[in-house]
Amino acid sequence: MSIVRALLIWVLLSVPSFAVEPGEVLDDPVLEERARELSKGLRCLVCRNENIDESNADLARDLRLLVRERLVAGDTDAEIIDFVVARYGEYVLLAPRATGSTLILWIAGPAALLFALLIAALYLRRNRPVAGNASLSEEEKARLKELIGE
Amino acid sequence: MIVELGHFALILALVVALAQTVLPLVGAHKGWRGWMAVAEPAATVQFALLLFSFAALTWAFVASDFSVRLVTANSHTDKPMLYKVTGVWGNHEGSMLLWCLILAFFGALAAWFGGNLPDRLKARVLGVQASVGVAFLAFLIFTSNPFLRLVNPPLNGQDLNPLLQDPGLAFHPPFLYIGYVGLSMSFSFAVAALIEGRVDAAWGRWVRPWTLLAWLNLTIGIALGSWWAYYELGWGGFWFWDPVENASFMPWLIAAALLHSAIVVEKREALKSWTILLAILAFGFSLIGAFIVRSGVLTSVHAFANDPERGVYLLIITAIFMGGALTLYAARAGGMQAKGVFSTVSRESALVANNLLLAVATFVVFLGTIWPLVAEMIWDRKLSVGPPFFDAAFTPFMMALALLLPLGSILPWKRASVSKVMRPLWAALAAAFVVAALAWVFGTGGTLIAPVGAFLGAWLVFGAAADLWLRTGRGDLSGKIGRVLRLPRADWGRVVAHAGLGITFIGIAFLTAWQVEDIRVAREGETFRVASYDVTLEGVRRVQGPNYISTMAEISLARDGREVARLTPEKRIYPVAGMPTTEAAIDNGVFRDLYVVIGDPQEGGGWAVRTFIKPFANWIWAGAIIMALGGVLSLTDRRYRVAAGVRRPAAPTGGVPAE
Repeated sequence: MSIVRALLIWVLLSVPSFAVEPGEVLDDPVLEERARELSKGLRCLVCRNENIDESNADLARDLRLLVRERLVAGDTDAEIIDFVVARYGEYVLLAPRATGSTLILWIAGPAALLFALLIAALYLRRNRPVAGNASLSEEEKARLKELIGE
Repeated sequence: MIVELGHFALILALVVALAQTVLPLVGAHKGWRGWMAVAEPAATVQFALLLFSFAALTWAFVASDFSVRLVTANSHTDKPMLYKVTGVWGNHEGSMLLWCLILAFFGALAAWFGGNLPDRLKARVLGVQASVGVAFLAFLIFTSNPFLRLVNPPLNGQDLNPLLQDPGLAFHPPFLYIGYVGLSMSFSFAVAALIEGRVDAAWGRWVRPWTLLAWLNLTIGIALGSWWAYYELGWGGFWFWDPVENASFMPWLIAAALLHSAIVVEKREALKSWTILLAILAFGFSLIGAFIVRSGVLTSVHAFANDPERGVYLLIITAIFMGGALTLYAARAGGMQAKGVFSTVSRESALVANNLLLAVATFVVFLGTIWPLVAEMIWDRKLSVGPPFFDAAFTPFMMALALLLPLGSILPWKRASVSKVMRPLWAALAAAFVVAALAWVFGTGGTLIAPVGAFLGAWLVFGAAADLWLRTGRGDLSGKIGRVLRLPRADWGRVVAHAGLGITFIGIAFLTAWQVEDIRVAREGETFRVASYDVTLEGVRRVQGPNYISTMAEISLARDGREVARLTPEKRIYPVAGMPTTEAAIDNGVFRDLYVVIGDPQEGGGWAVRTFIKPFANWIWAGAIIMALGGVLSLTDRRYRVAAGVRRPAAPTGGVPAE
């Protein structure tokens, strides 16, 4: 492999290695911070499981710019998310909204814990040390006294 | 020729595994000693054959034999020797061979060190273990044969994926596989016990070291993978809740639960059927993990080359083993009655709570991982489930676990009182509050992540210290120190592993809350300020590597006028594979990592530079390694070395037959 050819390939393949490019960053640090937070919840549609904040793909860059555009225009976070979802569908959200069937996903964890606690409570009740086992009956106490010579 | 011998050994291993499955299982059922005795030598022979087969494939990689299809697809003569060797498992076929090798290795270990097991149980364990081997060897030979030749061998290979040419990732799979596959041993013990129809304290003691061995390797493997992602992917994330990561995390969580419930079986003969179920499920999640990684059903950043046919085969393997084991479980588990009873406040209950939280957390991860599939199949909704969901749905369970842990680990068995147990813990609790207050004061961000994480982490660490202190007993200092040093390794293991978890908590919380990031265009010679550091881009140059070309920047970081670090981040291009990689440069420190990345030259001159200050980053992996160390300590406990075989007098009569 000659260096010239390798360099040629290097130039051809040169892709942006960064997610957020310096040119994209907003001047207002508060807006930029909000943009980063929003970006972390949005999926890069052409990538495998990456959010647009981390992705190098062009589409992710377009979405990042779109989010920042809306922010500068004065939209609230919710409005921006609604706008993006209206355009790209709910597939773009990394945390699906707790509506309809997705509600099951969100409540499954707490529900499973409650269910498990119930089962555990029943198990504990069934396997509880027999009540009164620990303390002696009157008869036993009397016998004990007798034995230790009182 | 060597390759053909390797191929032949692989096929022979399948035959031996078949014999090792059928003969001992039938023998154990009929009580034929001769048939049962086949298991041990067969396990050794199967391992030896696979070892030879693996060595043959390694030889093909080392010698760059490009007539082997797999070598052509994953190697190159210019590749450094280390990566020629690790390239053996840097692909689907080779990694599957490694999987089979480790599976047979565990079988052989059980044969060699299982001298104290009853003959019948041992034959059954080895038979079940070999049946898993049969399934995977058949999968390997019929769908993913690594030894296939090419008719027209090319002059050179296509090189290994450059991302895999890295020490962190090179050694990530072997550890991970020892973990995944190690759980097959717990599975075999569980199924053998179900066939046998009895589970007693001795069973708990036999199954626990295997689970521990699997778990600690899984811990190391996951930590290596996370560390690799941190320094290689170029933005310093350490966990992405990617399906493939989840695939390794679910068995880890369940194995952690199994470790703890096996203690209850061993010490108190309670929770037997639950422990059996966990042992089955832990390996089940390993199988599901193999399916997720290799089928491509769930898209992921780092899945292997995917193939639906392989996916179907793996799904069938999973269905057969899980279906079979769970059916057996349903039929037999009812007969396993608990002997030890315990009250609501007791160590047993605390371990039950541990199990519930870990199991439910696993369930959440599992559901989130497969939910996109479910939603599309049932409701035709295309949606994504990513980090924001898992962070929100998974973290509360871990927080609850951390809150309960220090208390649970010092509760006495059977019956306890919280007020009494809390007495030695008040100091730890107070100290944890102090740490949280400090984190609150120093953190300017105003988020609760840092103080809450600091509190939980410190509570775990100080709680572990209190645990140790309690074991010292009364008396003068020298007596206490002597007693601490003579504590059983299992006690040390527990304390160390719990403290390690706390350290990981602290690392995650501080890194998440306090990371500083700076993105900008810098010209050569330009200095800019990031937090309290002066960062200077000294220069950028081209460097020729062995099989790549690199753009290497030199960046110096100074604090108060004194140079702290001089770093050389790179952008590499691997011409053969045609792939660029980012090599971040990191100055590691105990309290912060300085992390710099060089990007592209900009149109108006200068280079894109990303600078991160990552507080406490190394604590995340240090904590994981400390957890694994705790596992090692516990594994070397005297009772596994000496007493494992000596059945307690009560044990033989103590078992509860199912029939």
